[in-house]
Amino acid sequence: MKVRVLVRPKAGILDPQGEAVRSALPALGFGGVSTVHVGRLIEMEVETADEVDAMCRRLLANPTIEEYEWEVIH
Amino acid sequence: MKIGVTIFPGSNCDRDALHAVERMGAEPVELWHGDADLKGSDAVIVPGGFSYGDYLRPGAIARFANVMAPLEDFARSGGPILGVCNGFQVLTEAHLLPGALLRNTGMRFVCRRVRVRVESTETLWTSSCEPGEELTLPVAHNEGNYFADPATLAELEAEDRVVLRYMENPNGSANNIAGICSEGKNVVGIMPHPERVSDPVLGSEEGMRILRSVLAGARV
Repeated sequence: MKVRVLVRPKAGILDPQGEAVRSALPALGFGGVSTVHVGRLIEMEVETADEVDAMCRRLLANPTIEEYEWEVIH
Repeated sequence: MKIGVTIFPGSNCDRDALHAVERMGAEPVELWHGDADLKGSDAVIVPGGFSYGDYLRPGAIARFANVMAPLEDFARSGGPILGVCNGFQVLTEAHLLPGALLRNTGMRFVCRRVRVRVESTETLWTSSCEPGEELTLPVAHNEGNYFADPATLAELEAEDRVVLRYMENPNGSANNIAGICSEGKNVVGIMPHPERVSDPVLGSEEGMRILRSVLAGARV
């Protein structure tokens, strides 16, 4: 099965990368964007989803600075 | 005294660190990432670079290399470990040090010499420094912006575990933190590179103020 993991900076944590992207948008004529956060998308083919949460906790996300969610795609 | 230097794919300050160890008068020991022991090292340096290409997060993959299991045992038994730059990132990912290193604020890779103050001389890597001593050390990093939650920061400050502090903050680091240590004060992580100023041909030997400290305090 295919699993999709989304990792993003924890709420309230400084996201200098997101801020850099946000400040680039008005220069291209895209107004009205107040915040941007940049995260990571990880897609995996797995035999079972049993251990996906453990994978997220141990490797795919760093719980000190990131939060994650995952779903089975198909 | 034997001082090990870990080498991961993508480490690039390992040779400098090994050279610095030689100049300290200690015996340098190469610790390959696949090694399952520390080859009798009395202290270990986890050097800078881009271990595993910084893929996923800096230090995230190196943290699970074979050599990390004996290193974690060594840390728990009070052995002196110094993580420099990417080495600091590896030690936070391994939970041997609290917090994490975020991307720099200011949208740039910072590569220059900075002034830092030695805040704690209680660690095995700063025991020969004077309290409050100021050093000029090079930094070269994209993720040097130290982050920890407010409770952890308060604990670090209260327990005298901030080891180095920037005189001028180059990366947005919380409390101007350039380096911290573990609860046992044997594991130290710093963003500045003492090995890059460890030989007169490099223009300065100020890094030796830190590196040589371990000779005095370690179990031999």
